[in-house]
Amino acid sequence: MVIAVASGKGGTGKTTIAVNLALTLERDMPVQLLDCDVEEPNAHLFLHPLLDVSEKVALPVPVIDQSKCNGCGRCSEICAFNAIIAIGTHVMVFPELCHGCGGCSRFCPVSAISEEPREIGVVESGRAGQIEFVQGRVNVGNPLAPPVVRAVKSKIDARQVKVVIIDAPPGTSCPVVASLKDSDFCVLVTEPTPFGLNDLVLAIDVVKELDIPFGVVINRSGLGNKDLLTYCRREKVPVLLEIPFDRRYAACYARGGRLVEEFPELKEAFWGLWRRIRALATTGQTEFRGPS
Amino acid sequence: MRELLVISGKGGTGKTSLVGGFAVLAENKILTDCDVDAADLHLLLKPTVRETREFYGSKKAVLDHERCTGCGVCVQACRFGAINMGKGRGNTKVQIDPISCEGCAVCSHACPWGAIAMKDNLSGYWFISDTPYGPLVHARLGVAEENSGKLVTRVRREARSIAEDQGLDYIITDGPPGIGCPVISSISGVDLALIVTEPTVAGTHDMERILELARHFDTKTMVCINKYDLDEGKAEEIERYCRDEGIQVAGKIPFDEEVVNALARGLPAVAPADNGFNQREGKASKAIRELWMKVSSYLK
Ligand code: SF4
Ligand code: SF4
Ligand code: SF4
Ligand code: SF4
Repeated sequence: MVIAVASGKGGTGKTTIAVNLALTLERDMPVQLLDCDVEEPNAHLFLHPLLDVSEKVALPVPVIDQSKCNGCGRCSEICAFNAIIAIGTHVMVFPELCHGCGGCSRFCPVSAISEEPREIGVVESGRAGQIEFVQGRVNVGNPLAPPVVRAVKSKIDARQVKVVIIDAPPGTSCPVVASLKDSDFCVLVTEPTPFGLNDLVLAIDVVKELDIPFGVVINRSGLGNKDLLTYCRREKVPVLLEIPFDRRYAACYARGGRLVEEFPELKEAFWGLWRRIRALATTGQTEFRGPS
Repeated sequence: MRELLVISGKGGTGKTSLVGGFAVLAENKILTDCDVDAADLHLLLKPTVRETREFYGSKKAVLDHERCTGCGVCVQACRFGAINMGKGRGNTKVQIDPISCEGCAVCSHACPWGAIAMKDNLSGYWFISDTPYGPLVHARLGVAEENSGKLVTRVRREARSIAEDQGLDYIITDGPPGIGCPVISSISGVDLALIVTEPTVAGTHDMERILELARHFDTKTMVCINKYDLDEGKAEEIERYCRDEGIQVAGKIPFDEEVVNALARGLPAVAPADNGFNQREGKASKAIRELWMKVSSYLK
């Protein structure tokens, strides 16, 4: 089962939920944790994995053989991203804009274009305790996160592993979609503030568009106001877990600690979270009354 | 006219609350929200939308089933796995998944039967609004859409032209999280990037990544440590790191429930001057005021 942990708003505790769920389950079943927040991967700060494999992620970008080019300009017409511009027989490539679609090389009439890999990030894997750990990191200055996300997800080992937990990036745009796609269930983490509610509503639109069953975890409950709970009740959005605001939890997070190991009450709570996820994911049901 | 970008790498460090504070404190400015896929600034600034514009950020491949012969050339040509052969027969079996389509148009050029057209895709909206604190340009990216960088560029261009027309002194921007395409579009050419961090392992880690990005684009940076008193040891570590890197820590803001309470009421954390703030101003509000003095004196 692939469970994605996401949130419209950043900083709501997505990584905390993903990491602590993995730590809760690791002794009882094989678990894989994928950090798909490739712009700012943080799960490793809490798990300290031993990363013994590192693979580069590359996109194929065009290389021009100027001696063959006849200056027809077809390549610049083809490119939908303005990544290649022909001025006479002088053809310029802007690698940071190139999506690696292969259009220019495919349609160059004189085969003057070949491709070479350009490194845009890296996928690292290893173990943290019993957890199989994979993370991606996009190189600083490279705008294209989704190919790195896809490379991380290619490491999903659905045959060996019972539960795959994906720590998704914040937001609602393409890197998020790439992370959530094909998951069996999505946990949306939010907080009871107007920002948290606004961004939750956006995130729910995304998981609905992708047709993934989902539920909500409310972090730092007790702070802010009641609008979030009212919304969940009205829209019949299942609330899977509420974690109260507690300075001790905040301090544990701040120094990179593990909630379920320091606070037994939270270990129980995460087991409850797992049971609710399993129930909702296997029935494929998207409406649920929430924990009583 | 000077452009200030407030940014954080990691989400949830409080950058929107700071921008809300600056909205109250700065004079003669325009505000922009470049966090186009989860915009929040409008919740604090209560804008009245004056103009709504459509944003066509990308194109998507659309199949004409009448013309398609089911030859499969497009399936091979698409490098993004967006075209699949379904279960049907002949022309009914080809399917294009709009969510996976990157809009590269290779399939459309490759199809021997001209069965694939590229259609403009409405990817979101952007707005020009009035707020009690001045004009605001903001946007709303559609669900599961791409090209947020292009939308950011559009928002910034509009803000700049309004600022020039009205002779405004500042553009103050609430930036997106991360270091990817919308962030790169937000940071290019700004006069100062104020990086908001928090004293946690994740906050420190992400601050280092965003500083590296700023260096990559040769952008002047300052750092602000929000909720610094949640872990003063970590806050000192951040200060030491900044000192070593030659980056000014322009402010340290204490954790103050008043900020959360103001937010819950949908108000900026700093009260406007005519509210008698100076008698009972909270500690976070005071710190934001001092931060703005430092930032604005640099920008002058
Ligand atoms: S399509 Fe080929 S021949 Fe034509 S301008 Fe481009 S590289 Fe040169
Ligand atoms: S590979 Fe595609 S995106 Fe890259 S330059 Fe060629 S046509 Fe443009
Ligand atoms: S290449 Fe054209 S005709 Fe062939 S399967 Fe694709 S759309 Fe149909
Ligand atoms: S436009 Fe490009 S990404 Fe979209 S379906 Fe065609 S080949 Fe694939």
